[in-house]
Amino acid sequence: MYTKLFKLFSLQKMIHSLFLINCSGDIFLEKHWKSVVSQSVCDYFFEAQEKAADVENVPPVISTPHHYLISIYRDKLFFVSVIQTEVPPLFVIEFLHRVADTFQDYFGECSEAAIKDNVVIVYELLEEMLDNGFPLATESNILKELIKPPTILRSVVNSITGSSNVGDTLPTGQLSNIPWRRAGVKYTNNEAYFDVVEEIDAIIDKSGSTVFAEIQGVIDACIKLSGMPDLSLSFMNPRLLDDVSFHPCIRFKRWESERVLSFIPPDGNFRLISYRVSSQNLVAIPVYVKHCISFKENSSCGRFDITIGPKQNMGKTIEGITVTVHMPKVVLNMNLTPTQGSYTFDPVTKVLTWDVGKITPQKLPSLKGLVNLQSGAPKPEENPSLNIQFKIQQLAISGLKVNRLDMYGEKYKPFKGVKYVTKAGKFQVRT
Amino acid sequence: MKTIVAVKKLVYVYLVRYAEEQQDLALLSISTFQRGLKDPNQLIRASALRVLSSIRVPIIVPIMMLAIKEAASDMSPYVRKTAAHAIPKLYSLDSDQKDQLIEVIEKLLADKTTLVAGSVVMAFEEVCPERIDLIHKNYRKLCNLLIDVEEWGQVVIISMLTRYARTQFLSPTQNESLLEENPEKAFYGSEEDEAKGPGSEEAATAALPARKPYVMDPDHRLLLRNTKPLLQSRSAAVVMAVAQLYFHLAPKAEVGVIAKALVRLLRSHSEVQYVVLQNVATMSIKRRGMFEPYLKSFYIRSTDPTQIKILKLEVLTNLANETNTPTVLREFQTYIRSMDKDFVAATIQAIGRCATNIGRVRDTCLNGLVQLLSNRDELVVAESVVVIKKLLQMQPAQHGEIIKHLAKLTDNIQVPMARASILWLIGEYCEHVPKIAPDVLRKMAKSFTAEEDIVKLQIINLAAKLYLTNSKQTKLLTQYVLSLAKYDQNYDIRDRARFTRQLIVPSEQGGALSRHAKKLFLAPKPAPVLESSFKDRDHFQLGSLSHLLNAKATGYQELPDWPEEAPDPSVRNVEVPEWTKCSNREKRKEKEKPFYSDSEGESGPTESADSDPESESASDSKSSSESGSGESSSESDSEDQEEEKGRSSESEQSEEEGEKRKMKKKKKVPEGQGEGSSSEEDSDSSSGSSESERTSETEEEQVEPASWRKKTPPSGKSAPVAKEISLLDLEDFTPPSVQPVSPPTIVSTSLATDLEGLTLTDSPLVPSLLSPVVGVGRQELLHRVAGEGLAVDYTFSRQPFSGDPHMVSVHIHFSNSSDTPIKGLHVGTPKLPAGISIQEFPEIESLAPGESVTAVMGINFCDSTQAANFQLCTQTRQFYVSIQPPVGELMAPVFMSENEFKKEQGKLTGMSEITEKLTLPDTCRNDHIVVQRVTAVANLGRVPCGASDEYRFAGRTLTSGSLVLLTLDARPTGAAQLTVNSEKMVIGTMLVKDVVQALTQ
Repeated sequence: MYTKLFKLFSLQKMIHSLFLINCSGDIFLEKHWKSVVSQSVCDYFFEAQEKAADVENVPPVISTPHHYLISIYRDKLFFVSVIQTEVPPLFVIEFLHRVADTFQDYFGECSEAAIKDNVVIVYELLEEMLDNGFPLATESNILKELIKPPTILRSVVNSITGSSNVGDTLPTGQLSNIPWRRAGVKYTNNEAYFDVVEEIDAIIDKSGSTVFAEIQGVIDACIKLSGMPDLSLSFMNPRLLDDVSFHPCIRFKRWESERVLSFIPPDGNFRLISYRVSSQNLVAIPVYVKHCISFKENSSCGRFDITIGPKQNMGKTIEGITVTVHMPKVVLNMNLTPTQGSYTFDPVTKVLTWDVGKITPQKLPSLKGLVNLQSGAPKPEENPSLNIQFKIQQLAISGLKVNRLDMYGEKYKPFKGVKYVTKAGKFQVRT
Repeated sequence: MKTIVAVKKLVYVYLVRYAEEQQDLALLSISTFQRGLKDPNQLIRASALRVLSSIRVPIIVPIMMLAIKEAASDMSPYVRKTAAHAIPKLYSLDSDQKDQLIEVIEKLLADKTTLVAGSVVMAFEEVCPERIDLIHKNYRKLCNLLIDVEEWGQVVIISMLTRYARTQFLSPTQNESLLEENPEKAFYGSEEDEAKGPGSEEAATAALPARKPYVMDPDHRLLLRNTKPLLQSRSAAVVMAVAQLYFHLAPKAEVGVIAKALVRLLRSHSEVQYVVLQNVATMSIKRRGMFEPYLKSFYIRSTDPTQIKILKLEVLTNLANETNTPTVLREFQTYIRSMDKDFVAATIQAIGRCATNIGRVRDTCLNGLVQLLSNRDELVVAESVVVIKKLLQMQPAQHGEIIKHLAKLTDNIQVPMARASILWLIGEYCEHVPKIAPDVLRKMAKSFTAEEDIVKLQIINLAAKLYLTNSKQTKLLTQYVLSLAKYDQNYDIRDRARFTRQLIVPSEQGGALSRHAKKLFLAPKPAPVLESSFKDRDHFQLGSLSHLLNAKATGYQELPDWPEEAPDPSVRNVEVPEWTKCSNREKRKEKEKPFYSDSEGESGPTESADSDPESESASDSKSSSESGSGESSSESDSEDQEEEKGRSSESEQSEEEGEKRKMKKKKKVPEGQGEGSSSEEDSDSSSGSSESERTSETEEEQVEPASWRKKTPPSGKSAPVAKEISLLDLEDFTPPSVQPVSPPTIVSTSLATDLEGLTLTDSPLVPSLLSPVVGVGRQELLHRVAGEGLAVDYTFSRQPFSGDPHMVSVHIHFSNSSDTPIKGLHVGTPKLPAGISIQEFPEIESLAPGESVTAVMGINFCDSTQAANFQLCTQTRQFYVSIQPPVGELMAPVFMSENEFKKEQGKLTGMSEITEKLTLPDTCRNDHIVVQRVTAVANLGRVPCGASDEYRFAGRTLTSGSLVLLTLDARPTGAAQLTVNSEKMVIGTMLVKDVVQALTQ
């Protein structure tokens, strides 16, 4: 009964080709894993891009007569993949992001220049990451064994000795059931660092009350341990973690039964978990903003006045404060005086950025002044939202605390450290 | 040597890219690869096969076939994986090889390593997805392996298993009620079975063919259970795959678990958000309750890209229901003023949909939309007109005024769609606006030639309708319009004009139809249904490309319907391998078998020399424990291989080393303490001290590892172990308890006030939402009989009173049920006990019959529960009323951390501490309910709390600002202890009483 659903022609599954396109619309790199697809297929993409006006609004999935284009936008580059048949879109999107992450990891940045400079490595990477359109080796540890990342020293050595950055031994990680860790790791200083980074996502309404707030956190690890260490990390208050997603190395059952993170770590930097703090808890909002933005009817100016102050900051200093405001289109220029920090206003994009720095409670930073509007245009209907960035060192706002880290499986004594940081995530104040 | 490898690789890349175009050249290389296939190094064999199979030259098909067959029985799993990858390549080159390839696939499907599983299923999906019979024998193995397969393989396997399950199992929803009555059966899994013995298993399988009562096939359950942990994968694709599996396969009660994970993905890249939101939109139509608790996660930020905004709006609209519409509409109100006009238009549509779906808010929405008509932006106005038109169609009689207002707008609005909508409305309801309608037609006739086509058609329509109802005034106008239309450039308009003329203007021949013209034109038309564009999209498999595009993509495989009768479940049984030790519990054993054999196989001979220490230690410990305690232990360790690994490696060294470490730590405790989190100041210099700080901490940590070792001894007695595990699992599968937090009755009472927000004035929004529960139930102040038609209720809104922070804000709702207006409502001279003061509400001048109004007043109760007595005066009467606050309303929540809480609590002991023991009823043992009940009674804020089963709440009394700290220590057994710490002993005592009552009732 299923034969009737089946088509006799051959199906070309998964990712067919990849095009890298820069902001000005040049296709500067293409890679095909199956038969070659003409560049002209990208015309459909350009069409959609034109329609969308804004790069962020290009639909990630575009249907064309013979292919489907799935694209992502990362660091001012479009990664456009060509698909011929049904495939879960997230599968492709996830893979493309993994490619971009790998470039970032290898070259320090994922930019057109970096990719062009290392075009050979890029091709080698893409060849290893995808086999016939199906992901093969995507773990950074395996890839780094196959293809060594470029460093200045290595390129000098290579040019002198005539060797290359392709690994001469084939990786063993792929063969084991812990593919994320390479074998034979050796360090003289054995260290394990964990960064607990929490971000507050919030929407604050006009009157200053919280419409929505939640805490999202990640634990990033930097592990430089020799051999095959088996770590377990426990928390003082694991119940705070409401929804957690894990790096594949974590043993899920152990977490389920004991709320302990037990894992054999990959070598180097990686994201151990990301979590959301139970939404039932109240979220402390560390800053408040007093604002008064008004545009006068029938006149070409308006008033702009914002003040920032600390609130529920648990006794820590709030630093790295930046306020970004997308002003309405009719704003021509702004004449402001900050009591602290410096501000810039870009008349083309209409983005106001105020770099505040630290808050000292004695003297609250404020930014006041006049807004010049296009004369004759009607006054803007809505006041712009304020996007706020800040940072609080040595504090996890949810109160999450690492209890201890134990290492098994190796004899040496590692050096361990935990760092806590709280940041603003998508923190928006409506005015 | 190094250079050679590098060059080789680049040559491969070149070869694969150009082989198709230069076949002869490519053929020259073949022999090299054939040699490579025989290399002793597994990695060289694998890469030779990889390149060979990538060369798209038809002549070498036989060579490839041979190579694949050989590689499929290679010792190395990595080479076998490569063979699986090569299968689709060969198939796309020559589909005639299908039969032979299926043989290879069948062989590889039986492979027991995680490395191969993903790749071979991918090959299966590509070559022979219709051969579902190949899966039977491997089904249980795949389910069990799933968690260890790499992410990409997981996605492919999950989507294949979704299809498989749809053909092999019965629908879990067909007999929902039975399932709920009999949760044990439904939740049973392999371990539990083990404990119960073979009898129950047989009973279950025997029950299946009978179809009644519905019992979930244990294999169906196995799939659901083994995929659930993957919801916590870091890969969005895997999470989505599991989500769709649950959506399509799980019983209704269990689908809820996916909501949390999907909401988490909304933090990811915008492309991921886009895809996830599309799927959430579809799901939220079918299963609204699932996402309701996460409503706020879909709120829109001004920085979101428009396409994301519109999808979020879609989800919000789908989630809107009776209880949460006020919140949703208030949120929409802020969106309307956005600078992004496309988004504003979509918001207006969304308001329209809320209004049609939820009758109670229709009028409010309509009023809001009418206000929008005076907006400066034409697009906004146009969109509002279109939506208003749809809303009016539902109840035209009451809205003559709005139609008149719209008629006036025709002078200004230029957007064709809006003009057309107005004209249609006027025509349709011309009897409600008998005077204006002909005038509008007159104006339109004047500008007819300059209008857009769509407007012209509506002008003809309007003319025809007016001619039929009011021919005296409009006869000439109609004829004029029809003549203009007759010579229009557009043939549709000419056609329409000709048709209309024949119909309405009586002539000699056409009499038959024109007699019925009125019926034709003015037939009652059904109101439009505003529906989500995501309705019915769920016939596509969620998460698929086809679903996203809402069109069948090439190669999309329809998700089959559930079978009527379950196919024979025994096909999935696997023959018992010879080395099985136990023969008495055959059936379940068999099922588990592939899993053991797999773990054995992984560290066995297939692994080449470089097998890592980790897997070795695992297999070591396993074999030792097996020999130690016989058959039963093998059960427990195979149950979770992963866990075993950790445990074994620990047990080897933890005893002695642990002791040593403990000693050291204890010594170091003093120096590191108090510093807490500040270890980032750095490494090399202070390595000693900062380490101790990290490892020192409290006593409990040292006890902890030991205690769990006790709990799960590596080789325990069979029965207790099995039982314990099954208990755990049961817990794991209790139906998700994500009820919406908002109590329905409460929110609805403040509906009226909230909706005032939709009038789009600039007045600030009512601040609320800080505490999880907004306000408590409405209480009566004055009955409508006693009040001679005036009924007065009050609620404690729990919002800070704007005038004075010490005052409790009370919302007073007046409604007039008499038939005369009540005038001059105000508060008369209050007679108040000492200390209590009242901030009166502004006088309400007049309350028309049937109307109701809400006013806000503030009362400073001076931290006592004494009643505030005052007079409520109208022009003619005075009523004596009193408001007595529940003790819980005399406070406001404060935010504090657990440490602060404990510190403060330490100060408030002795007399200030009141403790009460209670037993929580079964209904009241989950977090949500406890928190909800407590916060409903008292206006306190929850304190984030680490320890399990402890709930802490904090608040300050309004007048004196003294702290009120509430701690509830609930044991899993239901016994609980409630402690309230407060300087105000009276308040503390009363609060304890109230909370106990709320929790135990």
